Amino acid sequence: MNEEQLHAYADGQLSLEGQARVEAALLASPGDAARVRAWMRQNELLRAHFAPVLNEPIPDRLRLLRAPRAWLPYAMAAAWVVLGVAIGASASGLLRDRADAAASLPRRAAVAHAVYSPEVRHPVEVGAADQDHLVRWLSKRMGSDIKAPLLQPLGYELVGGRLLPGEQGPVAHFMYQDARGQRLTLYVSSRKGDPRDTAFRFSQEGRVAVFYWIDGSLGYALSSELDKAALLKVATSVYQQLNP
Amino acid sequence: MQASRVMDPDIAQHIPRLRRYARVLAGDRYRADDLVQDTLERACRKFHLWRQGSDLRAWLFAVMHNVFVNQVRTRRLELEELEDVAAVPAQMERIDLLDIEKALAQLPFEQREVILLVGIEQMGYGEVAKALDVPIGTVMSRLSRARERLRTLLSDEAEASHVSGLKVVK
Repeated sequence: MNEEQLHAYADGQLSLEGQARVEAALLASPGDAARVRAWMRQNELLRAHFAPVLNEPIPDRLRLLRAPRAWLPYAMAAAWVVLGVAIGASASGLLRDRADAAASLPRRAAVAHAVYSPEVRHPVEVGAADQDHLVRWLSKRMGSDIKAPLLQPLGYELVGGRLLPGEQGPVAHFMYQDARGQRLTLYVSSRKGDPRDTAFRFSQEGRVAVFYWIDGSLGYALSSELDKAALLKVATSVYQQLNP
Repeated sequence: MQASRVMDPDIAQHIPRLRRYARVLAGDRYRADDLVQDTLERACRKFHLWRQGSDLRAWLFAVMHNVFVNQVRTRRLELEELEDVAAVPAQMERIDLLDIEKALAQLPFEQREVILLVGIEQMGYGEVAKALDVPIGTVMSRLSRARERLRTLLSDEAEASHVSGLKVVK
């Protein structure tokens, strides 16, 4: 019996006639019959073992890619409206933003904070338990070394992170939370153009307070609903850890 | 967001299968989803190359195969320090648990791909040959080697646990 026929039999790829021929041959050859049984068992094991993957929820980053027009703009738009109302549609705020190109950084960071920090079930894409992986993955996607600052001394544990689309490329987004569930997010965006540095700046985007700065080819923004002084303490620690 | 990234719903419906295939190819789930993401991005860019009416699933697996092969090549060059699940193990290790996943990991990925497409996806040998862009004879010889190797690994394991079982009884 030729080998190919045996495989085709094990894989159910033969016609009824072909099956009957192979079965007759297998009766006469216990060795082949045992091999074919083992192969069929392998197929069963493989299917059973990997079947659950089909039912796993599809991660955001794959869904985003699937239907970017379906929900992301709505979520973003909703967050903009929330912020817009909170800002009180202040004309001075808008003018100030136009005057300062870097202002889009805190605005975008605040939007991301407003979208993701209320999430209860899926606040992050990769949890802090896989921190090494998280950092490696985000670094790879961002094309530069990304660090997740340690904020435990200030009472904030890393919840995890996710990858977001940004204005000029990918954004690494880390989320932290204290014992009361107060959340902070660190938005790290890649910048095109000449590397440059800026000083610490503060922006109040509605209820969201943001400290932000640019360091070479990365822009950082730390957002939360804390008051300015409390957030400054955390931002200082983040800045020091990233610039030892 | 660029228009080219708007995914065709026909592609989207295959995401779960692509994730399953990637999981086995890449090993852990994050690397697997990276692979799926890269595959989807490439598939969206190259969608015009897909021949209308031909099997889209087979085409997507072909795209994933190419992305994976390229990544393995790059990773071998650049990231030697990261343990590379896709690398071919230098020697067959005895497996500790009766675990098909561990046994699979002992196979070179060329063999793993074939046994997955045939065994899990239940694709015809001709389709597999097309997806991997190799002659059908190559598909058959890889399948044959993969199955014999798995058989040895799994039966060694069964035997080992049988022997140790007897020791316990003594």
